[in-house]
Amino acid sequence: MGGVKHRGGTYPYYPGCTLSTQARAYDRSGRAVAAALGIGLQELAEWQCCGATFPLTIDDSMALIAPTRVLCQAQDSGERVVTLCAVCFHVLRRCQVLLADDAQMLERINWFIEQDYRGELHVAHLLEVLRDDLGWNAVGSRVSRPLDGLRVAPYYGCLLLRPREEIGLDDPEDPSILHDLIRVVGADPVDFPYAIECCGSYLTAKEPRVSERLSREIVASAQESGADLLITACPLCQFNLDYPQRETRAAAAGDGLPVIYFTQLLAVAFGLPRDTWGFEDHYVDPIPALTSMVGISHEV
Amino acid sequence: MHTLISIDTVRGPFVREIEEISGQNLLACNQCGMCSAGCPVASAMDMLPSQVIRLAQLGMEEALTAGGRGDTTVWLCASCLACATRCPKGVDLPRVMEALRQIQLRRGAVRMDLDALPPQLARALPQVAIVGAYRKYLK
Repeated sequence: MGGVKHRGGTYPYYPGCTLSTQARAYDRSGRAVAAALGIGLQELAEWQCCGATFPLTIDDSMALIAPTRVLCQAQDSGERVVTLCAVCFHVLRRCQVLLADDAQMLERINWFIEQDYRGELHVAHLLEVLRDDLGWNAVGSRVSRPLDGLRVAPYYGCLLLRPREEIGLDDPEDPSILHDLIRVVGADPVDFPYAIECCGSYLTAKEPRVSERLSREIVASAQESGADLLITACPLCQFNLDYPQRETRAAAAGDGLPVIYFTQLLAVAFGLPRDTWGFEDHYVDPIPALTSMVGISHEV
Repeated sequence: MHTLISIDTVRGPFVREIEEISGQNLLACNQCGMCSAGCPVASAMDMLPSQVIRLAQLGMEEALTAGGRGDTTVWLCASCLACATRCPKGVDLPRVMEALRQIQLRRGAVRMDLDALPPQLARALPQVAIVGAYRKYLK
């Protein structure tokens, strides 16, 4: 691997609830891609839900209990824990930052959960590991099926980017990490105006019509900008952008916009076995978009 | 229609409660409107996010709780943090919205009915959506 920054070895890995159930394709493709790059993702021996939202109140510490338990479960496995789910990443990273800065809160939560989180763990997203530990050159050297000519919309959403001070993964108004990943596999990143707009998040469970409208705007924007498919790092974004397309005329006519995880794009470009891709759970089948550009079809 | 603005509401318990829960200084907002301009859900709201914080500054509790015109805004905010990223005065408006939701939830409001979801959607929803919605809309 050229320009290697990676020290090799294994990272403790927190999959979270959604990647163990509805978004198994993300988990499966993520583990396969990491393994292909020489990274071991070692699932934590014990873990539970992170809480799925970071509390925006300052007078209520209850909601910090779930993410702190996760940090506690991870701290003895290493200095860092890796996540794939953008929601888990967001919640755990903000909890990490808060407890590193607030000794009083750390003491209070530790007292309540009767554990000793030391406040030192670092929560990383796999994207950061690829960019900062391995470097894009090393990722690129693993590509065996360059996706030349494929136009891919990098959809960042909210949770990977904001708030700037706590997340710090990328420029929240002009991010580039998914653009770089798309270039590394030989495809063309498609700029589109809705790349950092919210998909509606958990509104989908309360006001599905509102979140469907947001998602249609995002999908239409990517398609009007010429995208063949769209990549995301979030299982909630994936669902919110993919599900509303299930019964549309465009999808029936094969004109839907496939919404896939960045790990699935890498799995295809790395030439990994099809059972690691996990496309069968998608509402818009990604295979036709790949067929026309890179000659992949449903036939094995 | 007359709207009474008085020191009793501007310096009243409702404003204090919002500031205590959110940790935000409401009067830092100078009504530039950047939050409303970039809010992805604004078109579905009865009142713009910048109007909500203006009414919060003035302690207009009735307008910002159940039955008031600002109520849809409070419950449609998806905490996407676009406004907080762009606010030139450093106001974290999603925290203000969370405080307005919490004030109602802590008084016993229940703002979500999972049974009302279309069954196909309920089966397909990712766990994070359900857990997240529970934490935002129920106490």
